[in-house]
Amino acid sequence: MRTARTRRTGIVALGCTVLTATALLSGCGSSSGGSSANGGGKITLTIDLFGTFGYKEAGLYAEYEKLHPNIVIKETDTENEADYWQALQTHLAADSGLGDIQGVEVGRIATVVRQEASDFTDLNTLGASSVTRNFLPWKIKVATTPSGAVLGLGTDIGPEAICYRSDLLKQAGLPTDRAALAQKWSTWTGYVGLGKQYQAHAPAHSAWTDSATGLFTAMTGQQAVRYYDQSGKPVYGSNPLVKSAWDTSVEAARAGITAKLTQWSPQWNQAFSTGAFATLPCPAWMTGYIKGQAGAAGKGRWDIAPGPGATGNWGGSYLAIPKTSPHQKQAYDLIAWLTAKDQQVTLFEKEGNFPSNTQAIGAVQNYTDPYFNNAPVGQIFGDSAKNMPVQVLGVHDGDVNTALTNALSEVEQKGVSPQQAWQNAMNNIANAVAQ
Amino acid sequence: MTQTATPPRFTVGPQRRGAGHVRRRGRWDVKYSPYAFVAPFFVLFAAFGLFPLIYTAYISLYRVELTDPGQRVWAGLGNYAGLLHDPFFWNALRNTFTIGAISTIPQLLMALGLAHLLNYRLRGRTFFRVAMMMPYATSVAAATLVFAQLFGRDYGLINWALGLVGVHRIDWQNGTWASQVGISTIVTWRWTGYNALIYLAGMQSIPAELYESAAIDGASRWQQFRHVTIRGLRPTIIFTVIVSTIGATQLFGEPLLYEGGTRGPSGGVSHQYQTLGLYLYDQGWSFFHLGRAAAVAWVMFLIIVVLVTLNTGIARLRSCDERALGRKGRALR
Repeated sequence: MRTARTRRTGIVALGCTVLTATALLSGCGSSSGGSSANGGGKITLTIDLFGTFGYKEAGLYAEYEKLHPNIVIKETDTENEADYWQALQTHLAADSGLGDIQGVEVGRIATVVRQEASDFTDLNTLGASSVTRNFLPWKIKVATTPSGAVLGLGTDIGPEAICYRSDLLKQAGLPTDRAALAQKWSTWTGYVGLGKQYQAHAPAHSAWTDSATGLFTAMTGQQAVRYYDQSGKPVYGSNPLVKSAWDTSVEAARAGITAKLTQWSPQWNQAFSTGAFATLPCPAWMTGYIKGQAGAAGKGRWDIAPGPGATGNWGGSYLAIPKTSPHQKQAYDLIAWLTAKDQQVTLFEKEGNFPSNTQAIGAVQNYTDPYFNNAPVGQIFGDSAKNMPVQVLGVHDGDVNTALTNALSEVEQKGVSPQQAWQNAMNNIANAVAQ
Repeated sequence: MTQTATPPRFTVGPQRRGAGHVRRRGRWDVKYSPYAFVAPFFVLFAAFGLFPLIYTAYISLYRVELTDPGQRVWAGLGNYAGLLHDPFFWNALRNTFTIGAISTIPQLLMALGLAHLLNYRLRGRTFFRVAMMMPYATSVAAATLVFAQLFGRDYGLINWALGLVGVHRIDWQNGTWASQVGISTIVTWRWTGYNALIYLAGMQSIPAELYESAAIDGASRWQQFRHVTIRGLRPTIIFTVIVSTIGATQLFGEPLLYEGGTRGPSGGVSHQYQTLGLYLYDQGWSFFHLGRAAAVAWVMFLIIVVLVTLNTGIARLRSCDERALGRKGRALR
């Protein structure tokens, strides 16, 4: 009796141990970074990115490896940029775990240029001076230190437009024609006004736009000076343009024309296919995201028209090389190739990432996207890029933006008074940037 | 196991007697090898327990930013003073206590009940015991992400089910109480089984004679549970309370991933479920204020020490009381 029971509990204990061990292993099974030259004389380049740069998806790594048989490219990707940035800071501080190539978002480039220039290679020393003139001048300028070191080559930029569901607009009795819509929402007031009209006749469970925060980010993306002025002084609290973007977003939230979603949350992702919102301000790279979330069923339902002000920049990135990389030359050759004209054209057509390379911008001018009802995306985003302001970027842009958009969500999702929410945002910023 | 462990017990006597005859090397061996045997623990503890503790205390006295960790500016107790004046710190402290209470108290009570049930002879007992352990073996991240879906405002299963019985949909993310209850649910789900098994082990070590004599004295089932089971479980209960208190104070993974990672360390739009652990992470890894984060870590450590001391203090007081009561009872008799 007793022995039988012991054996049985023994088996159970063993089962539990195996389970726990498996859980532990799967939890700790992350790969180690770093690059190496393996036995066959091949060089492995590690490229550390966030979100969707689309290189792998567009087949560019495979193509490069074919062109350069001695190179193997290994990509690691973090979905959320904030997580990626935290990890990058930790790796920089520890001087280990860095890739041969690191992606940097435009909202962080000022921090890299002003505080971490000594950690990254001046690409001019690797031959970048011959290619920098191919990029939009502002794109390279914000990645250049006062002493002239270029710390990153531009990948994409984020010209803004409005993506909309023509089927939902039609159901609410609104025009679905791009030119007519662009004319009706030529200003943000017009966009919010049309939203109220939509809401009055909208299908059940459908809002005009996804969130007040998307609106706010799109609006502040049109301003040359938003959170910091040219001298680097913080002006987020006093800048009338920021305040007016805030007021318009609050108006939209309180008018009930937003779906009260949090961008990048699982619910937001689901809403792309459920029709919970009819329009959203979308930078070029978001078109790729929409295709991914709305899937094949969304083809032909979505369309794109020039947005209010027909310009603005939201996002866009850089590729940089940390000084710790043992393969500086090979890493540079790869980023120069990835950011060259042909590859940027491929990326725009396959993934929606709009080129920062001027020749590529010219080359995609006539491109139309079949997913978005053959919208002339090359022209719409190209025009938006042409009028784009040269934005002044501050060291804490990311923290300021997070605090302001969180506060807007408080107004939108919790009904906090706008005055209180604004005050909360100011407190949060003070807490974040406190020395 | 038992076979290899038993023989020495019988040979202890003869070995001791022969100790005077062993060579010098043997004496050295006897004298120092125990230290070698315990060294692994102490070396690891020094490297991964003691050193970080002291280094964190050192860092907490400086202003250090992750963007430039080489540059340290002496701040004295400035980081600690800053904490006391930061409303977000007090908010995090409050949240830690409320979430801790909502998750720990029902959890331990349920665990006690479950253990009591499992202590009966029932069919498939082993199956139930293993099943209870399953949540504990699941990774926090995976479980939390699934719960985040269940608690979704628009498409979540829980709101759908509530809708069936006519309850208006609840915003499990933005509501202060709703979000704290949601997070506590994840904690409770994960740890109830673990605590139940510990209680079960404790219950099985209570001699059956005690129940028999209680029954002869005419004690009901409930009285038996109260006076025999709970009494016998006292040390086990104290252990689980202490471990749960420490766990609740350090709560981190569940709130971090509660909104699928979008709101991350800020603990919701209004910090409505930001715990001390998240507050520490927010200071250190969102804002890169390493000095302040270190100060938060030390404050958390002190809070845990105080809570544990309080716990054991209360437990000791109560058992003293009861011992006194018992003596009085005997004297009266």
